[in-house]
Amino acid sequence: MLGKLTFDALPFYSPIALTGAVIEVGAGAAVLGVVTWYGKWRYLWTEWLTSLDHKRIGIMYIALALVMLLRGFSDAVMMRTQQAIAYNSPGYLPPEHFNQVFSAHGTIMIFFMAMPFLVGLINIVVPQQIGTRDVSFPFMNSVSLWLTASGAALVLVSLVIGKFSTAGWSAIAPYSELRYTPGVGVDYWIWAVLISGVGSTLTGINFVVTILKRRAPGMTLMRMPLFTWTALVTSVLMVFAFPALTVAAGLLGLDRYLGMHFFTNGHGGDMMNYANLFWIWGHPEVYIVVLPAFGVFSEVVATFSGKRLFGYKSMVYATAVIGLLSFTVWLHHFFTMGESADVNIFFGIATMCIGVPTGVKIYDWLMTMYRGRVRLEQPMYWTLGFIVTFVIGGMSGILLAIAPVDYLMHNSVFLVAHFHNMLIPGSVFGYFAGYCYWFPKAFGFKLDDRWGKRAFWAWIIGFYLAFMPLYVLGFEGMPRRMDHYATAGWQPWLIVAEVGAVVIAFGIACQIIQLVYSIRHRHELRVTSGDPWDGRTLEWMTSSPPAPYNFAVIPQVHDLDEFAWRKKHGGRGPEEVRFGNIVMPDDTGVGVILGGLAFVLGFAMVWHIWWLAALSGLGMLAVLIIRSSEDHDEHLVGADEVRLIETHAGLEAAE
Amino acid sequence: MTDVTLGRISDAALERAAAEHARDEHELGFWIYLMSDAIIFALLFATYAVMVDRTAGGPPAHGLFDLAHTFMETLLLLCSSMTFGLASLSVRARNKDAVLFWLAVTFVLGAGFVGLEIAEFQGMVAAGAGPQRSGLLSSFFTLVATHGLHVSMGLAWIVVLGLQVLVRGLSAPVASRLYRLGLFWHFLDIVWIGIFSVVYLPGIY
Amino acid sequence: MWSLLDTRDPLLKTYLVGFALAVLLTLIPFALVARGALPLVPTLVVIAILGVTQATVHLHYFLHLDLSAQHRENLLTLAFTAVVIIIMIGGTIWTLFNLHYRMMI
Repeated sequence: MLGKLTFDALPFYSPIALTGAVIEVGAGAAVLGVVTWYGKWRYLWTEWLTSLDHKRIGIMYIALALVMLLRGFSDAVMMRTQQAIAYNSPGYLPPEHFNQVFSAHGTIMIFFMAMPFLVGLINIVVPQQIGTRDVSFPFMNSVSLWLTASGAALVLVSLVIGKFSTAGWSAIAPYSELRYTPGVGVDYWIWAVLISGVGSTLTGINFVVTILKRRAPGMTLMRMPLFTWTALVTSVLMVFAFPALTVAAGLLGLDRYLGMHFFTNGHGGDMMNYANLFWIWGHPEVYIVVLPAFGVFSEVVATFSGKRLFGYKSMVYATAVIGLLSFTVWLHHFFTMGESADVNIFFGIATMCIGVPTGVKIYDWLMTMYRGRVRLEQPMYWTLGFIVTFVIGGMSGILLAIAPVDYLMHNSVFLVAHFHNMLIPGSVFGYFAGYCYWFPKAFGFKLDDRWGKRAFWAWIIGFYLAFMPLYVLGFEGMPRRMDHYATAGWQPWLIVAEVGAVVIAFGIACQIIQLVYSIRHRHELRVTSGDPWDGRTLEWMTSSPPAPYNFAVIPQVHDLDEFAWRKKHGGRGPEEVRFGNIVMPDDTGVGVILGGLAFVLGFAMVWHIWWLAALSGLGMLAVLIIRSSEDHDEHLVGADEVRLIETHAGLEAAE
Repeated sequence: MTDVTLGRISDAALERAAAEHARDEHELGFWIYLMSDAIIFALLFATYAVMVDRTAGGPPAHGLFDLAHTFMETLLLLCSSMTFGLASLSVRARNKDAVLFWLAVTFVLGAGFVGLEIAEFQGMVAAGAGPQRSGLLSSFFTLVATHGLHVSMGLAWIVVLGLQVLVRGLSAPVASRLYRLGLFWHFLDIVWIGIFSVVYLPGIY
Repeated sequence: MWSLLDTRDPLLKTYLVGFALAVLLTLIPFALVARGALPLVPTLVVIAILGVTQATVHLHYFLHLDLSAQHRENLLTLAFTAVVIIIMIGGTIWTLFNLHYRMMI
């Protein structure tokens, strides 16, 4: 009746797991409680959950990302703490639990923190930057959000019911096969990744079409803001890379569920093909995760230097080249798997080549600041911290691209230092910069300055403390994913790394305080003009927060940095305005329902509750068929209503 | 989306322009989805290629497949592509009855294809050559069954759209959906070319 | 007039030509394998070439892809996809065959 699910699935066997589960369930209950206390369920449902407004969907994505950041970071602190104390000692975390922690940490940070964060930023900003009213497929946008949330929910549930995977965030075979890891953990991973992966693929499709088909008149491709360019290339990568993940995880699932032999040890399985397929996705994925951050930096540097971005064309070409080359380097993730030198050399050289366009970008950003009037607002802090720190990680990457060197470094903490050196200053700082930069656009008030800058210093100092020791330890031969060790010389470095984690925790605390404080003081921090930073691109032309339709009048674009052009050539826009009717999509709960059913499907498949899986699967199919037969899913916003909204916004701006 | 700043453009014109733009977007979006599907198939083909001699002491490709059976399947699918084309032409001619007729024929041909494939699988499993026997067989079954599942989804889609044509006639949204189904159906036939070229014919030779 | 086929539609000819070509391009490789007329490698080469040709026939005659501006986007998307597929399949086959040889598993 309930498949493999029994009472034993609850974490009473481990005090640590139980504590984690209680905290998680408690936090969830607290949120539900607060919503109920303030009687906001109806509001939440009608204004947010069922919304097809890309700005609201984007905000919900980022909310998900921030929540999962907390969960993923607590995993990080657990690991650092364990490693700091586990010299010649078992520490406090049993090995099997430690393995779950590092697996959950990576899975959460990549799939449920980074992906939602970047997709959220793209959602909020891109339609406004290209001067349109919504994405091409608003309903599909909602489905993507809820499928992603569904995957995140599966990972969160695994802490409370059952266990998570111990196979790392990449679930490499044959360890992840049934023979070596028979529990539910890998199955949780598979379903979380498959379900949210569909969401990401759909997002990619959505934004490729939106950017190609919905730009305002006069906005040629070479007049698009850089953030939109990076969003376009990122979306292309999502469309073409995620199918590889579907195949890798799907075939692993077939092995585990139907006894097939894709990656088994024996019976003709090809264990090495898993790594091959996974990293065909995995490498483009890291560019998916970093390119939007580069886009943010481009916007921030130009705006806060008061200048057009230097070398716009080279930035566009660099982005496109990075996108294309990202499909040609994946083998560098498994240089040591046994292939011959010429295979390794090919991919090694390709890997070195891909560093070049990124270098071009760094120079372009620096040249934008040169002779500019640089304003050190919060987003610039994150950007400068990125520029300085990211190049170190880039250099360690070029070092690792040399296959013989990688033979020494592969799966050591040197590698861990390298990729965190890319992801944290690269992606995370970029997302945080975007977060402070566009927060006033989304909500109408700025984030507090002082707490933001404190957060930055804590993050960057914490980052160096936490990860520079890992470079040293990597040279000294310390492998990754170690739950205990017997080399005395390692411990001091690991203690420093632990301090770094604590300092980053302060940084996160500052960000939480910043948010609470800013909401409390939102009237002092209010921006009425819609343009708090003296921006250069179209999104700053809408009000803050924008009307649901963004632009009452679709702007005619004359140049790159259109808003800066308009400011220079006088006038904020067409003076004589005659409003017309606007078509907007109807809100719908179908996305939420599909996400919910997807969660049930995943959960049922994990626990082998076949009847429930069949029911939810068929339910999803039925809902999709009914929804796709819907012909009337839009409504008209009348010209009078538009006039009312715009006048109201105009009065506010004049204050 | 087109806008109305320049004068008295009627709501009907606004709707028409918006509808055409939406159709354009839907077609491009669906084409891009098909490209992502092509990647999935490509990787399944690649996996098959690297596993083709991983028989684990079980039956090799040669001897598993039947040329006549494969030829029948190929003809059925190819003819169904042709008949779907005729359905598309009927949409152009706004001939509702013809659309329903050719959709029905396409369905029968496609169902025949799926039926033959299921029979083939059953035979192989009964002979001890199921997907659990070896790496080669796992990759064969997965590649071919993934295609077969797509065809089955297409059959369900034909039914759904057939009902829509019956009830709502050849409205613009219905016609647009039929166009996308056509893209899907022809795409599957192209994938089948790959399957018989890479799996069956080399296997039988 | 109840008619199933609008014989005046110019597109009908396109579909019929495409269908005829496809049937031909199917018969040849099947016949080659049935007769075993050529050695293995040339047979495989012929199968491959005719397969790609037939796919092109489908793309042009059934999916109406051509070099016109109207279909430019679809064609470019397809071309990009083809490049990515060649990289992925080629890379996989090269790498895995290399690994099979060296690692003997």
